[in-house]
Amino acid sequence: MLRLEKRPNPSKFWLYATPIVAVILTMIAGGIMFALLGKNPFAVIQTIFWDPLFGKFAYYLRGQLLVKAGPLVLIAVGLSLGFRAGIWNIGAEGQYIMGAVFGAAVGLAAFPTESRWIFPAMIVAGAFGGWLWAMIPAILKTRLNTNEILVSLMLVYVAQTILAMAATGFLRNPEGMGFPGSRNFSSFPAAANGELFVGTGLHWGVVTAIATVIFAYVLLQRHLMGFQIKLAGQAPRAARFHGVSPNRLVVMCMGISGALAGLAGLFEVTGPAGQITIDFNVGYGFTAIIVAFLGRLNPLGIMLAGLLMALTYIGGEMASTNLGLPAAAIQAFQGMLLFFLLGVDVLTNYRIRFMMMGGR
Amino acid sequence: MTDAKLLTIEGISKSYPGVKANENVSLSIGRGEVHALLGENGAGKSTLVKMIYGLVRPDEGRMTFLGRTFAPTKPSEARSTGVGMVFQHFSLFEALNVAENVALGMDNPPPQRTLAQRIREVSDGYGLPLDPNRLVGELSAGERQRVEIIRCLLQSPKLLIMDEPTSVLTPQEVEILFTTLRQLAAEGTSILYISHKLEEIRSLCDAATILRRGKVVGSCTPREKSARELAEMMVGATLTPPERAAKDLGDVALEARGLAVPSLNPFGTSLKDISFTVRKGEVLAIGGVAGNGQDELLLALSGEVRSVPGAVRIDGHNSGHLGPNERRAAGLVTGPEERLGHAAAPDMSLTENALLTGALRMGLTNNGFIDWVKTREYSEQIIKTFDVRTPGSHTAARALSGGNLQKFVIGREILQTPGVIIVNQPTWGVDAAAAAFIRQALLDRAAAGAAVVVISQDIDELLEVGDRFAALNEGRLSDPVPVKGLTVDQIGLMLGGAHGMHKAEVHHAQA
Repeated sequence: MLRLEKRPNPSKFWLYATPIVAVILTMIAGGIMFALLGKNPFAVIQTIFWDPLFGKFAYYLRGQLLVKAGPLVLIAVGLSLGFRAGIWNIGAEGQYIMGAVFGAAVGLAAFPTESRWIFPAMIVAGAFGGWLWAMIPAILKTRLNTNEILVSLMLVYVAQTILAMAATGFLRNPEGMGFPGSRNFSSFPAAANGELFVGTGLHWGVVTAIATVIFAYVLLQRHLMGFQIKLAGQAPRAARFHGVSPNRLVVMCMGISGALAGLAGLFEVTGPAGQITIDFNVGYGFTAIIVAFLGRLNPLGIMLAGLLMALTYIGGEMASTNLGLPAAAIQAFQGMLLFFLLGVDVLTNYRIRFMMMGGR
Repeated sequence: MTDAKLLTIEGISKSYPGVKANENVSLSIGRGEVHALLGENGAGKSTLVKMIYGLVRPDEGRMTFLGRTFAPTKPSEARSTGVGMVFQHFSLFEALNVAENVALGMDNPPPQRTLAQRIREVSDGYGLPLDPNRLVGELSAGERQRVEIIRCLLQSPKLLIMDEPTSVLTPQEVEILFTTLRQLAAEGTSILYISHKLEEIRSLCDAATILRRGKVVGSCTPREKSARELAEMMVGATLTPPERAAKDLGDVALEARGLAVPSLNPFGTSLKDISFTVRKGEVLAIGGVAGNGQDELLLALSGEVRSVPGAVRIDGHNSGHLGPNERRAAGLVTGPEERLGHAAAPDMSLTENALLTGALRMGLTNNGFIDWVKTREYSEQIIKTFDVRTPGSHTAARALSGGNLQKFVIGREILQTPGVIIVNQPTWGVDAAAAAFIRQALLDRAAAGAAVVVISQDIDELLEVGDRFAALNEGRLSDPVPVKGLTVDQIGLMLGGAHGMHKAEVHHAQA
């Protein structure tokens, strides 16, 4: 019989080992699933984890890795601050959409003028859009004590409706012959977020993501505000004793995560996506939740987790086109990763004791 | 009757990782005997009774109950054999009434009406008046304990285990309880009585077994020993009471003026019109039965709950509207009752916990950036000055024993050289040596010119450290009176709150 026993001190070893163990367990369980689907599990796992990095098309796919990881990391770092404080912003997807809509609207309003200030103004507008969307659950929580999980999640669907309105209505390309979708930013240089070095996948969003990782790392390690965030999450009463105002913290954490999600949306719409479309959002805001936990809510961990998750996206896409796996199988595979991570996570604070059978 | 043994325990041991909670413990309890289990916190008393009650299984050793082998694997098995237990922390639902709560704790509860009738019979029969239809949320701590006791008595136990039953009672309520327990013993029920309050044990118990670090270090007849002898057996060292230097009182450093704060939860206590002053160098002792507004008072003084500006004045400045950090800046620091989760973050290191309240007064940050080197030095200074036993400042707070963490938490506040220090239950669950150390540290701080407020439920402690005494009762504070010349009886009357006490006395006059 197994029994869990609380460790006096959290285990440093397992803190770093759990993500690795979780990835290995995911490979095993995922392999079994792929085998049941009638595919060669080794081929599938090789396609997902190996080919994008070292396979035939790696020169192109490695750049895609940064393109996918950028928004994931940017959103996940913001979310992780709130998660650490016990503030659950589940609606980053909506904030991502609103950042893109606000930013794109500012850029498109300036079309076709060419000014070096257009892109910076769009960045500010994108961050503002995400921030504004996150303020709705934040203020409802502090004023009326609503649950931020529900409110932020439901606002995702409102944002999607606004996105559809933008794509078919107020941001539609007047020269698009009635097709839904905005002008493409790739033909509007002053507002475009192109690759900084051709073929690397590096764009301003990736640069911002890296800067955010560093900023969040310093905040959590060295700044009193980071200490307060951790304290509020671990021991809310001790945080009030310390002098943290819970409401201020909610507004701050929701605001930061909303603004970062908004930025991610802005960089996406001006760069890789190129335009506002009805199906502009592809789930980065939700996947970022997994990335945040996979990265142990630690900025550096999130960077690695974002790259790993991007890898499963790209590899998964290859597996479904080349090996004919259903897309749902890839999603289940990604879900397994979070499942095993949270399961193995217990070992950080608990140890497993093997008991004699029959002992109660 | 005491010659026939009810329960015999032979050579019981129980280990947890890193600790031997019980090692080769043997004792026996006769029928109708009131047997004391005496020991400091962490001596292994709780583990031992949990084994008797079937919550924990021993690693070694055997127990016999009425001559038969007794190895309960769950509490219901212990109950059906005839063992009842009243826990220190009540497990009652505040939103349910007394009879419903009693039914929840029984294995085969009778219908509500029958049960209510039986509760009345038993409670009157033992001088513990209790209305089965009242909501538990409306009851005082003493009455809640009666619910737990009656729950046990309804199953007519042969052995009743009581874990620190008097920690929530006024002296008068303690007397009522003791009368009941003596009556039970006279009827042949054995009682295993756990406590570290020595006078109680001397007045109540027929025999005592003393535990220290999981081992039996002695057994005696408590009436034949002095409280001091018992304490020294328990601690294994000679104890010195705290010293206090004569001192001159300075200006008023802390004043509460009509402080009123509504309670945050429906069963909490609202503070009503609380007024007092504390001068520099003075110790104000605030007593009260648990749940009469102690927590709320500490929150209102620390700044976690704010009030109107003039309700709290620090050094003559209105401070009621200030938050905890602004009050710290003004020189007021506090030590809440709950160590883990309130005074300290359990999963954070001692260094991080030093930062928790020390950031401001110790200058541990620059423009919001934490100076970890300085913070670590500060936490190591606390550990050294206050003799905190721990592997080092990187240890998580939850890994420390209660006494050591309390020394750290109190030390953290005292080393900030505050002008006003307010503590709630500073020595709750702390071993005797650490408790003496903490009280001395508070007195030293007062001698150095600080105004000190000690909120406690331990009357001996309040008399030991206080210059003046005031009692909290249902959120109101009595007028402070000098401690010199106060008797325990007077204090008991000040604490009040002995609901139904009158009725019980009347009943006994008739019996």
